[in-house]
Amino acid sequence: MIDQVPLSHYLLLSAILFTIGAGGVLIRRNVIVILMCVEIMMNAVNLTFVAFSRYLDSATGQIFVFMIMVVAAVEVAIGLALLVELNRHKESTNIDEFNSLKG
Amino acid sequence: MTQLIWLVIALPIFGVLFNGILGRRVGYKVVSIVGPLVVFLAFLVGVGAFFETMNRGGAPVTVNLWTWATIGKTFNVPINLLVDPLSVLMVLVVTGVGFLIHVYATDYMVHHDENGHAHPDRDFSRFFTFLNLFIASMLILVLGDNYLMMYVGWELVGVCSYLLIGFWYDRSAQEQTPIDLGPDHESVKLAPLLSPAASGMKAFIVNRIGDVGFALGVFLIWQTFGTLQFDKVFYSAQFVPQASPTIIPWITFLLFIGAMGKSAQIPLYVWLPDAMAGPTPVSALIHAATMVTAGVYMIVRSNALYALSPTVSLFIATIGALTALFAATIALVQVDLKRILAYSTVSQLGYMFMAVGVGAYSSGMFHLTTHAFFKALLFLGAGSVMHAMHDVIDIRRMGGLKDKMPHTYRTFVIGGLALAGFPLMSGFFSKDEILTKVFEFSPILWTIGIVTAGLTAFYTFRAIFLTFHGHPRDQHLYDHAHENRSPITVALWILAILAIFGGLLGLPSAVIPVPHLMDKWLQPIFVSHEEVVHHLSLLKELVLLSTSAVVAVGGIGLAYFFYVVNPTIPQNLARQTRPLFNLLANKYYIDEIYHEVFVNSGLNFAKNMAFGVDRLIIDAVFVDGLPKLVNSLGQLLSRLQSGYIRDYALATFVGVLIMVSYFFLR
Amino acid sequence: MQLIFFYILAVVAVISALGVIFNRNLVHSALALLVNFCTVAIFYFMLNAQFLGVVQILVYAGAVIVLFLFVVMLLGADLGEQVTNWVTPQTLLAVGLSMILLTVVGSSVFEYPVQGAHGDLTMVAVQQYGQVQLIGAALFTDYLLSFELAGVLLLVGIVGVIWLGRLVPQKVKETKQV
Repeated sequence: MIDQVPLSHYLLLSAILFTIGAGGVLIRRNVIVILMCVEIMMNAVNLTFVAFSRYLDSATGQIFVFMIMVVAAVEVAIGLALLVELNRHKESTNIDEFNSLKG
Repeated sequence: MTQLIWLVIALPIFGVLFNGILGRRVGYKVVSIVGPLVVFLAFLVGVGAFFETMNRGGAPVTVNLWTWATIGKTFNVPINLLVDPLSVLMVLVVTGVGFLIHVYATDYMVHHDENGHAHPDRDFSRFFTFLNLFIASMLILVLGDNYLMMYVGWELVGVCSYLLIGFWYDRSAQEQTPIDLGPDHESVKLAPLLSPAASGMKAFIVNRIGDVGFALGVFLIWQTFGTLQFDKVFYSAQFVPQASPTIIPWITFLLFIGAMGKSAQIPLYVWLPDAMAGPTPVSALIHAATMVTAGVYMIVRSNALYALSPTVSLFIATIGALTALFAATIALVQVDLKRILAYSTVSQLGYMFMAVGVGAYSSGMFHLTTHAFFKALLFLGAGSVMHAMHDVIDIRRMGGLKDKMPHTYRTFVIGGLALAGFPLMSGFFSKDEILTKVFEFSPILWTIGIVTAGLTAFYTFRAIFLTFHGHPRDQHLYDHAHENRSPITVALWILAILAIFGGLLGLPSAVIPVPHLMDKWLQPIFVSHEEVVHHLSLLKELVLLSTSAVVAVGGIGLAYFFYVVNPTIPQNLARQTRPLFNLLANKYYIDEIYHEVFVNSGLNFAKNMAFGVDRLIIDAVFVDGLPKLVNSLGQLLSRLQSGYIRDYALATFVGVLIMVSYFFLR
Repeated sequence: MQLIFFYILAVVAVISALGVIFNRNLVHSALALLVNFCTVAIFYFMLNAQFLGVVQILVYAGAVIVLFLFVVMLLGADLGEQVTNWVTPQTLLAVGLSMILLTVVGSSVFEYPVQGAHGDLTMVAVQQYGQVQLIGAALFTDYLLSFELAGVLLLVGIVGVIWLGRLVPQKVKETKQV
């Protein structure tokens, strides 16, 4: 039984979402928003995995997504903790303030 | 013993390791036993090999030790030792004379003060290390059965020579007192003597020039014959001339350039007089008896090649004759006892080359052997005088030493007689044999030879009379002079006996009906196996023999007249022929000319390279320029490191974009 | 019917994603993100991945968004950039690059057919055993090691966050600055 929505639709949607996330990372300067955009990109990738999993009748894609979710949760937790720590030093969440890596 | 011939080399090398590593720890007494002992044991092995070779009738035996280098299927250098009459003769000369000189040096390198306390030279063990190393190197040179091993030994003896000339490397250059020509005349100024370190370098560099020629000769042999083994090369050589007539002359000429350097022939003889800056045993062993004769040995060894190139042989004979005369004239007026002997060595080497040049190879070897005896004796005698005179070597400050040093005096006179060619001494027979052979070849060369013989007799006895006869010219030195201890005098007497009876090795068979031992012994190594035929009649031979006897005695008598009977003659003569005297005293200004032409132009070239090429191109462009370029590039690139994380993200994005495009759109 | 539903949801997902970026207020951004996560969860349900859909709502919509909001509240919503003008060279460059990426990836969707072996997670199996049971079986058999590692990763994350979030004593801070 094949779904009514073709696979390519999901793939295209996830490509659009991924591109929006990537563009957001480049556009915004606020670290919180950048983290949010990273989450959007991850979700886009997850969507691809699940779509493939569905159309190939395979559990692997869903396991992948599960693992990505674990990593994403940890990443958000650590990222935000770092952000709080950074904010203590610089009193800012503007990413352009953190430029002491200048060569 | 023949199969154990490697011991001849291994024993001195053991001495090198022992003296070099443990020498300082065990003290000079142990060193002065071990140093000579290893050479003596090597001599015994050599004697064993000598008798075995005699029993074999002179057939050569090759002892394979191991293979040194194999490159591809064709280039193969085995370490073979060749035991044949020639190499055995050289081994006996090197180890025999070398042993006596080692014994002599055990005392010479120790200074005894008035209370009888011994003060060895502070580098006593280093001296014996180098001396043993020299013996080992020289034996490698003469025992190798191919040109590569000969070349290795050739270079090793050069290194030893350098190390030993500069043995007293901390001594500086010495001014020479000008030669006084009486109250109303300007004295003749002399150039200062080089420091030992500079002399060592000079010897090494001049030898290097010759060695380039030698190396090229070896390369050409390889190129032509595809092998460096003596027997194969000599066998193939007879087929070469038809194919390419210029190859053999080139090989022999290039090899002779090496011999010019090592054996101090014109134009590369200049290092030998300066080599006298080394300790006297070194002068005796290396710069008179053995190393400098390596060139003669090489030509005799390669006689098969030289016999095929008469032009080069004639060239060698000419160079030898010129060198003999040239050096003898310089020796006439030198004031430094060792330098007189040094020039006489150059001159005698000239004789040897004259002999091998005219094809009288065994005569050359004969003279080499007797010369090793009497020249080592003379040098050791000179060293004995120096030792007694607190290192003074200027004969103008000596005189009347014959009563103070009877052993040295007697042995020195014996050596002098042999060198002068006084009848029935060893030098008489060997020199006369050469002159006879040369006369058969060319009377012009004979004339040069006989004149040189006269000069030799004259300057030898000039040195003897000035040193041992007359009145002491430096009373203080004379009072302190004394005969030396037994190691020195014993070595002198043994050499003196050899110098007297060495002539028995080669009595002229045309005159005295006994076989010529040297000829017979060396017969197997010559390509032409026919008996040596004498073209001269007995009468001519006798005339030549008596001519050289008369010339020798005449030269001695003239010296006696000049320096004992009427000592004012030399000064008067020098005043009358002042320009000539000046020229001779300053050694024809050859050193100065070489310095101007070669050394200075070389220095200028180096200066230009240093300040032009090196400073402006290498330093500015490469050494300084490249870092500057890298630095500025780095600074340019470091602007990419803006520190803005979004820039990095952008760069990553672009990179990913490119990769994705590549994967999807290729 | 399902296709129309898909289109509506897709539009919502895209608009909410754009909303994350182009909202000046951080709280609004976070809420837009919440909407986005929820639409993705619904897509999961539509794709027969009910387990992941639930986890998506729990982890993302529940935990992550709450965490974001929490930090925004903690630091103040007005922190960071004050966006005055969206049309800057930087923005245009980013948009341009994003468009190129979309073109490349999107075109590839139609270029390459999906290939691969079909697994055993068929609709029939799902209806027979239940989706969660099948995923669980896979997790605890074939993917046990990665499952354990995920647990370790979470533990490390917890420890790290606690370490980062602790209040640094004044004394240590001074030596650090020196």
